[in-house]
Amino acid sequence: MRRETRRTGVFTRRALLMMGGQAAVLGGLAAKLYEVQVVEGGRYATLANENRISARMIAPPRGRILDRFGKPVAGSRINWRALLISERATDVKATLEAFSRIVPLTEYERTRIDREIHKRRRFIPVMVREFLSWQDMAAIEVNAPDLPGILVDVGTTRIYAYGEHLAHVVGYVAPPNEGDVINDPLLALPGLRIGRAGMEKYHDLSLRGRPGAVQLEVNAVGRVIRELDRQEGVQGDDVGLSIDAGLQQAVVGLLGDESASAVVMDCLNGEVLAMATNPGFDPTLFNSGVSQAQWAEWTRDRRTPLINKATSGLYAPGSTFKMAVALAGLEAKAITVNDRVDCPGFLDLGDTRFHCWRKGGHGGVDLRSGLKNSCDVYFYEVARRTGIDKVAAMANRLGLGTELELDLPGQRTGLIPTREWRMAQGKVWNIGDTIVSGIGQGYMQVTPLQLATYTARLASGRQVQPHLTRSLAGVLQPGSLPEDWPALDMPEKALRAVREGMWAVVNEQGGTAPLAKLADPKVQMAGKTGSAQVRRVSREMRESGTFDSAKLPWEYRPHALFTAFAPYDAPRYAIAVVIEHGNAGAAAAAPLVRDIMTEVLLRDPANRTEPPAAKLAAAKP
Amino acid sequence: MMERRLWREASFDLTGKILRINWLYVLLLCGLAAVGYTALYSAAGGSAEPYAGRHLVRFCIGLTLMLCVALIDIRTIQRLSWVAYAVGVGLLIAVMRMGHVGKGAQRWIEIGGLQLQPSELMKIALVLALASWFHRASWERMGNPLFLIPPIVATLVPVGLILKEPNLGTAVIAAIVGGAVFFGAGVRWWKFVLVALPVPFAAKFAYEHLHDYQRARIDTFLHPESDPLGAGYNILQSKIALGSGGMWGKGYLQGTQGHLDFLPEKQTDFIFTMIGEEFGWVGTVATIGLLSLIVLGGMLIAIRCRNQFGRLVAMGISVNFFMYVFVNIAMVMGAIPVGGVPLPLISHGGSAMLTVMLGFGILMSVHVHRDTEFEAAGDDR
Repeated sequence: MRRETRRTGVFTRRALLMMGGQAAVLGGLAAKLYEVQVVEGGRYATLANENRISARMIAPPRGRILDRFGKPVAGSRINWRALLISERATDVKATLEAFSRIVPLTEYERTRIDREIHKRRRFIPVMVREFLSWQDMAAIEVNAPDLPGILVDVGTTRIYAYGEHLAHVVGYVAPPNEGDVINDPLLALPGLRIGRAGMEKYHDLSLRGRPGAVQLEVNAVGRVIRELDRQEGVQGDDVGLSIDAGLQQAVVGLLGDESASAVVMDCLNGEVLAMATNPGFDPTLFNSGVSQAQWAEWTRDRRTPLINKATSGLYAPGSTFKMAVALAGLEAKAITVNDRVDCPGFLDLGDTRFHCWRKGGHGGVDLRSGLKNSCDVYFYEVARRTGIDKVAAMANRLGLGTELELDLPGQRTGLIPTREWRMAQGKVWNIGDTIVSGIGQGYMQVTPLQLATYTARLASGRQVQPHLTRSLAGVLQPGSLPEDWPALDMPEKALRAVREGMWAVVNEQGGTAPLAKLADPKVQMAGKTGSAQVRRVSREMRESGTFDSAKLPWEYRPHALFTAFAPYDAPRYAIAVVIEHGNAGAAAAAPLVRDIMTEVLLRDPANRTEPPAAKLAAAKP
Repeated sequence: MMERRLWREASFDLTGKILRINWLYVLLLCGLAAVGYTALYSAAGGSAEPYAGRHLVRFCIGLTLMLCVALIDIRTIQRLSWVAYAVGVGLLIAVMRMGHVGKGAQRWIEIGGLQLQPSELMKIALVLALASWFHRASWERMGNPLFLIPPIVATLVPVGLILKEPNLGTAVIAAIVGGAVFFGAGVRWWKFVLVALPVPFAAKFAYEHLHDYQRARIDTFLHPESDPLGAGYNILQSKIALGSGGMWGKGYLQGTQGHLDFLPEKQTDFIFTMIGEEFGWVGTVATIGLLSLIVLGGMLIAIRCRNQFGRLVAMGISVNFFMYVFVNIAMVMGAIPVGGVPLPLISHGGSAMLTVMLGFGILMSVHVHRDTEFEAAGDDR
């Protein structure tokens, strides 16, 4: 029995020991739970709430783009879309088959839909087709019982009231690409578009608006249980342009089929009233992706429809540059207004002979007649006396070959050559280069917008910068008033002499652009022609006597330029026109500018707060 | 001697046996099942279907089973110990050849529509076999190392088989339960130390030979936040649920984590988390208290028992239950690596419930026959 007692004793001791251990361990669990639940409870409670509540953004409606009179040029239109929630479809394939019988789906679309269905979770809608017509939508609704899982949803799409007439200015929107989404996850919101070009791009952030948010209670797989809170998004700001949409349309109409661009500016404040580029493109095509055939068509077209020629087309200014040379000469005191230069039809410099466009020459020429006749020899001589660097500095001050403070992406700077520029190329500047620069040829390249700015500055004597934004969210932007712009630091006398020369070009007997004369005798326009060679004209060609640039193939013909301002006695509007390969400025561009100016003066957008009545708009010459 | 003889006669009286059942203990088990019903009702989103109702039915079946087993003579159970052991090992071998693997670990076989996990049965059979081996051994005999070799082999065979399933958690529990019986039987302290010493090295060796999913469990246990949506997800979400319960809980049926499906397997392995989220620390401590009463009550039954076989069996079963509780609770709060161990009588699951109630039946049989003497007392070998 003693053995039994000993065994019992050992067992009891050890069992009690074990119970102590078990109690300690369970107590330890309780203590650890105290730490997790009570001490750190707050932290975990926050985590639990984050788990439970998922904030989702709602794409805000994009702001509109308006013209100067408040007419919408870019807005949003309701877009009916068919979505598929695969979870609700008993048989996705059958549903899509049935859908195809109502609205045919292409093979390409089917692959895209299949891919998205596999990629997403079953309760997330996949877009089957957007931009449904009213008929399609009705058909889908009627056949809803045969289309389990399909639902029709309303979104928005961008529409452009003036389409290709204003495409280069307004730009376009497109779905964001993956790179955009990485930088700003907000862009992943379905239906959100971002500005890819033009004002849509420049003002993208203002136009986008503030997204709304819904707070949703979701479960672990992300299925929405219920909506807890909803804040609607704030529509993007409206952007008011300085463009007069009616005028813009008229100008595009006047450009006709030419590959050309025209800029109409307010001389006093730099507002761009019309910026027309031909040919245009349909900006809505970018909304849902451009087809390959369309791209091919655009890139094949030698008239480059996608390029905004007004800001990125580069042309030698030709004779329109002569005002800058004259002002440089006056400022450098290389000439006076009345100094005469004899033009025998050429200027010899060493072995090289530089021709005047008029074979017989102009005889004695002063500044006024030099501009009026566009005498090349006079300006060769002025440029030679002044020196290229001073000419270039003057051109830059007037807005040529410099970057303008333009609120439109994609402008090009162009080039006014200097000695320094030539040296940077590892070459030496020759005096011959200066001579050629005197008539705006050679290395020189400017944009039509620069030409318009240059003309506006000459006409108003103010350092205006071209701009397209007049108001943001209804607030007039600085720069809309003439007082916002400082005067050019130039003697009024010199400017007046140049303007007088430009007046003579149009209005005086023997001027180079009589065709530009306005019909209304009370209002006079001043201007300057220009032709920019795209190919060097050899001496043989010139001296053969039968040379006629109009007979060249289209792409070798010189560009036709004309810049003008009106009214002469109180300048308000500046116009620059470049017709690609239009041959001669006087013949091709001058009458066009006359027509545009007539239209501008009729509409008089700078002095109006409302668009002209239909009667006035119809009263075109 | 007279009294004892009298008891021997009375031991065959059914009414007497029923009266000797520890009804307080049965009440505790019912209480635990009620906690399970409550939690499962919430896990189903406030509905008796599909978990709570079935849980109740199973518990009633289990309770009946337990009471029936409780009335079986402890000596009969002892005689059948090695038979049970042999059947257990046979099932383990069978399950390796034709069993189903679920969730990467638990293996079961189907017998008459019932999913049976042989490893769970094996633990009880092992306890019976070891107790049967030791119940006649005197203190002196326990000192003989050669005497310990057969029970050690008897323990290592099923543990090895369970490891090969592979089911690391259950294998470790089986080894610990076996060890507890050795301890209770009076194996000398230093021998345990001798066995424990190489464990760290064995663990390192084992880690290198673990299956990837097992290693991932240990890795995510060590750094659960490193992969919040991957393997660490369960632990993290479980801790979030527990922690957000706070002191008093979010209220019954108000647990967001569980009801919004952030909590994985909330009706089985993570049912304790559900309780913690809705009833707070107060709820979890109350549940642990109830579980402790059952564990310690089982140990008291062991101490109270006057035959060595009964003592060792009661201890083994209590330790087995304790291990369930410890592993499950420590797991849901991220204190040990996740392993598919349910919380007995609370988690949803049929075969586990029956195995546990079978164990309690045997425990209760020990209690009913606490004064029963085997024919020859003492060391007769």
